[in-house]
Amino acid sequence: MGIALNEGLSQISLIFIYAAMAIYTAAFLTFANHLARLASEKKKVRGAATKIERIAIVLMIIGAVLHGVGVVLRGVAASRVPWANMYEFSITGSFVVVSIFLLALTIKDIRLIATFVSGFTLLILGSATSIFYVEVKSLMPALQSYWLVIHVIVAICATAFFNIAAGLSIAYLLKSAKWAQKPKKEFVITIKRILDLFPNVEKIERLAYRFNIIGFILWSFTLIAGAIWAERAWHRYWGWDTKEVWTFIIWTIYAGYLHANATRGWTGKRSAWLALIGFAAVLFNFTVVNLFFKGLHVYSGLN
Amino acid sequence: MVISSSRFDGDITTPELSLAGWSRWTWRQLTSMRTALLLLLLLAIAAVPGSIYPQRSADPNGVTQFFDNNPELAPVLDAMQLFDVYTSVWFSAIYILLFISLIGCVVPRTGVHYQALRSAPPAAPKNFARMPASASVKYAKNTDIAERAETLLRKLGYRVVRNGKAVSAERGYLRETGNLVFHFSLIGVLIAVGVGGGLSFSGQRVLVEGETFVNNLASYDSFSPGTFFNESRLQPFSMSLDKFEVDFDIKNQTNVGTPLDFRAFVSSKVSPDLVPQSALIRVNEPLAMPGANIYLTGNGYAPHITIRDAEGNVVFAGANAFLPQSTTYTSLGVIKVPDVERQFGIIAFFYPTVDKLTTGALTSIYPAPIDPLMTMNVYEGDLGLDGGVPTNVYALDTSKMKQIAGGKSGTKGLQLALGETVELPNGLGTVTFDDIRRFASLDVSYNPGGIWVLLFALLSLAGVTTSLLVPRRRVWVRQTTEGFEVAALARGDDPILEKVVGEVVEKLKAKDKK
Ligand code: HEM
Repeated sequence: MGIALNEGLSQISLIFIYAAMAIYTAAFLTFANHLARLASEKKKVRGAATKIERIAIVLMIIGAVLHGVGVVLRGVAASRVPWANMYEFSITGSFVVVSIFLLALTIKDIRLIATFVSGFTLLILGSATSIFYVEVKSLMPALQSYWLVIHVIVAICATAFFNIAAGLSIAYLLKSAKWAQKPKKEFVITIKRILDLFPNVEKIERLAYRFNIIGFILWSFTLIAGAIWAERAWHRYWGWDTKEVWTFIIWTIYAGYLHANATRGWTGKRSAWLALIGFAAVLFNFTVVNLFFKGLHVYSGLN
Repeated sequence: MVISSSRFDGDITTPELSLAGWSRWTWRQLTSMRTALLLLLLLAIAAVPGSIYPQRSADPNGVTQFFDNNPELAPVLDAMQLFDVYTSVWFSAIYILLFISLIGCVVPRTGVHYQALRSAPPAAPKNFARMPASASVKYAKNTDIAERAETLLRKLGYRVVRNGKAVSAERGYLRETGNLVFHFSLIGVLIAVGVGGGLSFSGQRVLVEGETFVNNLASYDSFSPGTFFNESRLQPFSMSLDKFEVDFDIKNQTNVGTPLDFRAFVSSKVSPDLVPQSALIRVNEPLAMPGANIYLTGNGYAPHITIRDAEGNVVFAGANAFLPQSTTYTSLGVIKVPDVERQFGIIAFFYPTVDKLTTGALTSIYPAPIDPLMTMNVYEGDLGLDGGVPTNVYALDTSKMKQIAGGKSGTKGLQLALGETVELPNGLGTVTFDDIRRFASLDVSYNPGGIWVLLFALLSLAGVTTSLLVPRRRVWVRQTTEGFEVAALARGDDPILEKVVGEVVEKLKAKDKK
């Protein structure tokens, strides 16, 4: 059996990723500029997207297209799905985040977190290309399974939903924070004015909740698919391997979050904090656990 | 029986509670949502240390190593069960409490839900405008509005009752059903994990090409049974490893030497009189045998060696598994020759594709046998096999032995290419490197709980999805003097409540146009 790895193509893929990063940078700056303008214009209400905002969104779409091409080429270069090590997981994952964000934008007014999403995507791609980069390699036999395809892509989608929800929770906490209610400092007054231009807190909270429930369903599926795959590859469906432990922890935190939303005294801020703790655990699982913890899931591809 | 609460004397006055009162109070606390929430978060926190410290179940060598590196700290952590987190008293206590709380929570809820399923939607509120979504419509032809609303809402899947000029409707009972199914399925998962784990076993066996394994306890190199296991559960079968193949990448620059595929060709029999069945085992593709699955977990080389004494009698012939030491399969093996006048043992290195480092040491540069070489250090003396204590076949205890070839013994170590025969030192005879075989490490596992865990997990996934995505809402329609009113109330999260009201209004008017 042979495989064909295409070095040249993986280099071209990398160029597309860099190009996407450049465009995302422009989008991020434009969104930030827009926020700054809102702050100085002292408008009371915010209507449809302004010209600047539309330019930023178009930039983000162009970035996403380049990004998507980069991801696909990487897959072609490796002749398999492009999510088998941390570099690939990062580029594919951030692409899914941007896509879901852009899609959601057509349905819901979540422009509020556009700056966050573009900035965060930039951060992920930056770490991917500088810290996590590895040449295309074939998969070790334990990873050659369609469960890899299913389990990981669903995990990526779950992460994307949690990511967007986390952005909304941050916005929620900022908007409902005590210090933002009766601001004294000029700086805080400005932030407050920007925040006031966006949907009210209840709306943001409900949106965050909806992204989180989709994330939770996908994460539950990830957990089950992982167990099925572990049963095939490691002859037990669950063994408290470090990665399994963290998948479980994340699931439990978000289950707690869902309960919090139905518990008197725990809705609102507390549940928003829980959602953020949950997302922090997702990030921790992806970075620290992958790189520094010992376990069977050694797929960072880095030594 | 009444227990007075004498602990609370002095100026703190507390109502006296009977034992029954106390237990009722405790039970209510335990089964409250807040407790469930706190226990869930506690469970998440309690799971963390198991990812920081090595666990006996997943990484026993890591635990041994931890004890070696931290002789002071390790016993303290061990006393706190930090190397057995997931079977520890405190972790178990949390999840058992959580599940007691769960049962206490969902059983009464099931009763309530059963009632709700059989009762009519509540009557229309007095003031529609107070509802989260409502509309008041001016409409002249409103005489049969209640009747039409009833038909419409019923068609939309609501449960409807009409009361004069008002209609009450409710839908989305599946939301609570899903919730209950989810929570009950979690109990199912827990039971299936527990019972399945008790009935399970897993055994390991290294099998060299040409060897046959028979499924009984004596055939396993190591075996770990669950609590309810007994030997009669091992069903009879045998399996031979006919051939083991590996593909290593040699074409792609960045990837040379990476394994692409492992294939174990086996033939198995479930009864001695049957014709053997051929099958293929790969890493993600175990072989299903009666009462067990056979997994491929590792592989390596097993060079076939023949040793003859000075007279030419064969004193050892066989293929011992050599353990791979690197990704290029530099492999280490041990040969023990006990049944001779002077016992001796050999520590051998096998290099599939040999190369010399600048230091003069040998190494393997590619994992497949392109230019194979074996080197041997020979030790003479007591092998330590006569005491009846089981010894590790992969290690040679040289404490009572003297090195007679290789190292600092003064005699050079032996080097053998494939097919070569060389003399052993001290007139011990000769050794021949006949053949290169491969071995497969196999894992024979059985867990009857697995399928039930999966079923309950899928059921709970279906339950939670239903519960989170099906909106539950009530809709009311009432005829007024100038037209009609519509109102809706969501129970739980409902993204389209306002749209629903709009649609009902539109449809009630549209009917008229036909
Ligand atoms: C193993 C422990 C538990 C887990 C993993 C868990 C998980 C969940 C999840 C994921 C949800 C949201 C999905 C849904 O609405 O169906 C939920 C909802 C709910 N859980 Fe649990 N739960 C657990 C224990 C409990 C306990 C002990 C109680 C009772 C005190 C409880 C009561 C509820 C209730 C009432 C809801 C519905 C909340 C709502 O109306 O949205 N759960 N649970």
